[in-house]
Amino acid sequence: MKKELLRLERINKSYDGRQILEDLDLTIHENEFVTLLGPSGCGKTTILRLIGGFEMPDSGKIWFDGQDITALQPEKRQVNTVFQKYSLFSHMDVAENIAFGLKLKGKSASYIRDKIKYALKLVNLEAYEHARVNQMSGGQQQRIAIARAIVNEPKVLLLDEPFSALDLKLRQNMQRELVKIKQELGITFVFVTHDQEEALSMSDTVVVINQGWIQQIGTPENVYNEPENAFVADFIGDSNIIDGTMVRDNLVHLLDKDIPCTSAGFGENVPVDVQIRPEDIQICAPEEGQFAGRILQVVFKGTVYDITIEAAGFKWLVQTITGHEQGKEVGLRLVPANIQIMTKPESVDEEAVSNE
Amino acid sequence: MNERLSGRLASHSFLALPFALWAALFIVLPLFFVLWTGLTDGAGHFTLEHLSTVLQIEYLRALGLSATLALLSTFICLVLAYPLCLILRERKERRGLLVFMLFLLPLWMNSLLTTMAWQTIMEKHGIINMLLSALELPEVHLINTPAAIVIGMVYNFLPYMVLPLYVSISRIDESIIEAARDLGANHFQTLRRVLLPLSLPGIVSGSTMVFIPALTTFVISALLGGNKVLLVGNIIEQEFTAAYDWQLGSALSMVLMVFIILNILLEAFTDSGEQGRKGRP
Repeated sequence: MKKELLRLERINKSYDGRQILEDLDLTIHENEFVTLLGPSGCGKTTILRLIGGFEMPDSGKIWFDGQDITALQPEKRQVNTVFQKYSLFSHMDVAENIAFGLKLKGKSASYIRDKIKYALKLVNLEAYEHARVNQMSGGQQQRIAIARAIVNEPKVLLLDEPFSALDLKLRQNMQRELVKIKQELGITFVFVTHDQEEALSMSDTVVVINQGWIQQIGTPENVYNEPENAFVADFIGDSNIIDGTMVRDNLVHLLDKDIPCTSAGFGENVPVDVQIRPEDIQICAPEEGQFAGRILQVVFKGTVYDITIEAAGFKWLVQTITGHEQGKEVGLRLVPANIQIMTKPESVDEEAVSNE
Repeated sequence: MNERLSGRLASHSFLALPFALWAALFIVLPLFFVLWTGLTDGAGHFTLEHLSTVLQIEYLRALGLSATLALLSTFICLVLAYPLCLILRERKERRGLLVFMLFLLPLWMNSLLTTMAWQTIMEKHGIINMLLSALELPEVHLINTPAAIVIGMVYNFLPYMVLPLYVSISRIDESIIEAARDLGANHFQTLRRVLLPLSLPGIVSGSTMVFIPALTTFVISALLGGNKVLLVGNIIEQEFTAAYDWQLGSALSMVLMVFIILNILLEAFTDSGEQGRKGRP
């Protein structure tokens, strides 16, 4: 069991009468890469700003290493932030930017020099010590922002959608590098993003948030393979989400058919949400499948084909490696282990949560 | 789209002709007359005689006093305007706009009128002294002192400080300030190491816009300084209207121009430094 480092306890926060976070609890451990994932406006950035000290909660407490830091000023927290807009100081060169925090702490000139060298090496910008920050590319500026934050040896590094302004290739590069930097430093990263791929590829733990509510906390595999509700299933990856009824353990009633599955403990004749990933559906001859239908559309996506099939009154999304002919009559086969059963939202609040 | 438009305008450079004509007739030509008058004697021969007259102690004293009072007014304007602009930056909303308008109000009123109003406020039996004596406090001697002139300058020229300073400060993104706090800077350190250097172009351009009119004014010093405090502007006015010594008046103007050119160079230098840093939008 990893040691707890940061804990948010019953946090409430609203802006202009609009409640952003309600009774939020979240624990973050030492040396953990946590990603807060959710659509824009879900409150993930607010959580980050609360940890950074740029916002005060209306109620609730923030614990850091066993101490209550709820009212502590940002400059006094052992936390540093990498901002979305880089936010470098344009009146300083690269080295001066990186030295900013260290100079304030009164570190010696030789210590600062060594730290600048180390940090620039870590972010692969060794030759740029005296470059002007505004003449650098977006990716380079974001690396400087990371270097500027980590030289202060924070216990937690907060990253607020740091790569959202970069193009795809550069973003993927930066993601790989960030994981490397994280391994080198051995500190906790709290990363905010709305990009589910980014979240899955980098994190130890993914926290899926919607409308201020934590939907699920788990490993990337966990939230992808076993989403706890329709929102998580829909937000992460592509999904077919269908209303169903759990007849009894290991049997679900779906689109007028009883389909075997491997879920238990929901009770008998309970309405549920059924999720099937498009890559888990097999296309076969019409008479061999559990459902039969017709191919409406075939879209080539590079690695896979996105195939839309109308069967049993539902438009299924199926992904295959090989192409299929539009208009063809086909059957759909579901493997019991790949059918994910989720409880339906109970309260009105939760209902609102799964709307988006 | 924008580039194309500006490109088309650039190729239509004849559109600038009216202004070029205006500038040549009413800016460059008069400037030449001033130089000519200041550097020639009555027969049109080149001479440095008038310029050396300026070096006499009474003129130097007036120049020194003008520069001192202009600098002091500029500094007071800066100290008044900077916190205001910081506050306005934080709340870019209607209430902020109202405060902003209040600071710009002097621009809407005739400056002769407002300066005469200050005369009434500060004179021997004026409003300030009436209030003081009503409170049984000793009266103050304000009118016809350098202090009165500084008050008048600050009142009249403050808007010229507020405008460029506000533009410069409001452009600083909130996340820059948060980054400074995040890296361990308290409020004061954030102001000194981040806000002040980033708003330097606004400080310099606001200071220039206050310093130059303050250096050359003669209305404010005439009304609030009586004839007891003589500034360069008043001497130049006297040379032209009373003493009819146009040569000396022109020579004095030339010396003033040197101050002003220096100031503008300083501003251009800070501006180009800033542009070089911007590089990318």
